[in-house]
Amino acid sequence: MTFDFTFFSGSLLQTYVLHGFLFSLQLTVLATCGGIVLGTVLALMRLSQRALFHWPATVYVNGMRSIPLVMVLLWFFLLMPFLLGRSIGAEVSAVITFIAFEAAFFCEIIRSGIQSIPKGQTSAAIALGLSQQQTLRWIVLPQALRNMTPILLTQVIILFQDTSLVYAIGAYDMLKGFEIAGKNSGRPVEAYLAAALIYFLICFSLSQLVRHLQQRTSFTK
Amino acid sequence: MAWDWQFFCNSTITTEATASCFGKGGDITYLQWMLSAWGWTVSVAALALVIALLSGVAIGVLRTLASRWKLVAMMWVELFRNIPLLVQVFIWYHVVPAFIPALQALSSFLLASIALGLFTSARIAEQVRSGIQALPRGQSQAASALGLSLVQSYRYVILPQSLRIILPALTSEVMNVVKNSSVAFAVSVTELTLFAMQAQEETARGMEIYLAVTMLYVITALTLNRIMAWIESMTQLPGVIGVKA
Amino acid sequence: MIHLSKVNKSYGTVKVLIDCSLTVKKGEVVVICGPSGSGKSTLIKTLNALEPVQSGEISVNGVVVNDAATNLSELRSQVGMVFQHFELFPHLSVLDNLRLAQIQVLGRDHTEATQRAQSLLSRVGLQAHAHKFPTQLSGGQQQRVAIARALAMDPVVMLFDEPTSALDPEMVGEVLDVMVQLAQEGMTMMCVTHEMGFARRVAHRVIFMDGGCILEDCSSAEFFGDVTQRTPRAQEFLSKVLAH
Repeated sequence: MTFDFTFFSGSLLQTYVLHGFLFSLQLTVLATCGGIVLGTVLALMRLSQRALFHWPATVYVNGMRSIPLVMVLLWFFLLMPFLLGRSIGAEVSAVITFIAFEAAFFCEIIRSGIQSIPKGQTSAAIALGLSQQQTLRWIVLPQALRNMTPILLTQVIILFQDTSLVYAIGAYDMLKGFEIAGKNSGRPVEAYLAAALIYFLICFSLSQLVRHLQQRTSFTK
Repeated sequence: MAWDWQFFCNSTITTEATASCFGKGGDITYLQWMLSAWGWTVSVAALALVIALLSGVAIGVLRTLASRWKLVAMMWVELFRNIPLLVQVFIWYHVVPAFIPALQALSSFLLASIALGLFTSARIAEQVRSGIQALPRGQSQAASALGLSLVQSYRYVILPQSLRIILPALTSEVMNVVKNSSVAFAVSVTELTLFAMQAQEETARGMEIYLAVTMLYVITALTLNRIMAWIESMTQLPGVIGVKA
Repeated sequence: MIHLSKVNKSYGTVKVLIDCSLTVKKGEVVVICGPSGSGKSTLIKTLNALEPVQSGEISVNGVVVNDAATNLSELRSQVGMVFQHFELFPHLSVLDNLRLAQIQVLGRDHTEATQRAQSLLSRVGLQAHAHKFPTQLSGGQQQRVAIARALAMDPVVMLFDEPTSALDPEMVGEVLDVMVQLAQEGMTMMCVTHEMGFARRVAHRVIFMDGGCILEDCSSAEFFGDVTQRTPRAQEFLSKVLAH
């Protein structure tokens, strides 16, 4: 089997892969921001004593965590046109799906972060006269988010890997870009290897960054 | 939006209702197709789990030994952890057989299961490693002091305790394997997700099909969760805090 | 029986054992005492190769410990060790704790191993607890099982690393009683301990360590009797320890 290194030349990558890479990046960023915001809301709902908030959030989070991501992508792609009244592209559907899906995972991380803040902190805040909301906003959440940063970042790396699954609904992400490049140049082997290499380099560097961050924050503790 | 669950009893070839919801001869209904797809999902997950547990425990143990194998194990974990599962499936399907012609004879079921198994083995290896490192150093010292060899220490003292410690994490890995088996659709393994996609295209009854498939995934995950909980109760040590003596 | 000759050990740049030399005869009971961090535990762990050394010679019962060619499994089956934190295997019953190494290392069959285990459990007064698990026993009971576990291997020498330091005061006595009995039966013993009462009663020799060096190595009568002949550091230690 002959290996053609010219595949790795700039033009092929630029034509097909760059477009997909930009979408994968966009999807990761949007899903992270949206997911953390929605995840925080869900976490607060799960921690609430009121059944009205607690049960829907719990059902949602447990549901999302027990269904394959591909199925969730298929579901949203099927239902979005009905709910929005018009058909939307696979890419937009993917963004909405990812925000909704990842929120469940971010919720669990943030929830355990909030629960790990010692009760003494809340007691001290209340003793100073702060309300529940103020305590949450100024004392608990900032600390929880900071403590959970390495785990949140690790989840972002997993999120980035998961974006490759938009393949199921035909969205044009980085993996699709490599696949098309492989088909058009007649060299699928090099294409998939290049895809694996790029994903590996990105994820490995990010995970090393997270490890470095973890070591730095553990010194200051 | 009207519900129509009847189509499950339709034959996939003639699209006519059959009497018993199960076809005769070479003909099958959508219900049969779905059940067969469920079987494939469980098979992929089971084979992948066996591969993942065997290699994962081995790699996890290697990561705790002070030798050059530690580096090999670390590379194994980083390699399989940093490439998306779908990309790994494609590598096993398109790339590896090109380099190792003998593997071209393998079915996509086997290749997808291997990919999923190795991907999961990296995660299990990390859990096994953390389980081993959670044991007090005194345990391995006591085992050595009694004259037990390294292999004997791991087999009789370290692993039995570490595996018990990480059972909850292993449980969630088992459930992840079931979910991740859906990736096999990409190489045309006839499991539940591929069924969902194809049947939806054929019958345009997406809601019903997706609901049924989702239910099957949830049932599978819950069943495995219960089995793991049973294993946990069977292996619990009397007198340990939080456990009934 | 035991010979250490100019043993040196460091962790990186930190020296934990400096030119340690000592000899223990068969049947002798030697107590090692000294402040924390003096290297006492590290010293006895070099005797069964749990801690490697950088230089010096260590031999136990004629076997050179720090020789690469030595069969460590065989050596360790002859050297019994009891740890500060008992280190019983929590996933095995008391009986299995005693049987495991007998079967796996000494190659005894199940019946023989069980008989030996049960007779040792009787000796330490715990035969009724044979089928319990370690977490169901008190600290003192666990340590007595640990001693029985080490004895099950029929060792020629027993090493004790602060065997009573992790015990509630009420349970120290039951463990010391077992150790005294062992000593009276003629077992060669090296004990790292703070229990000076035990040392005075049973030890033939006392070794005092500080900062990785052996400062005192004399008979127990000399150590406790003629305090003014001892080094200043040892005198300081004794005055603080014996004041309680």
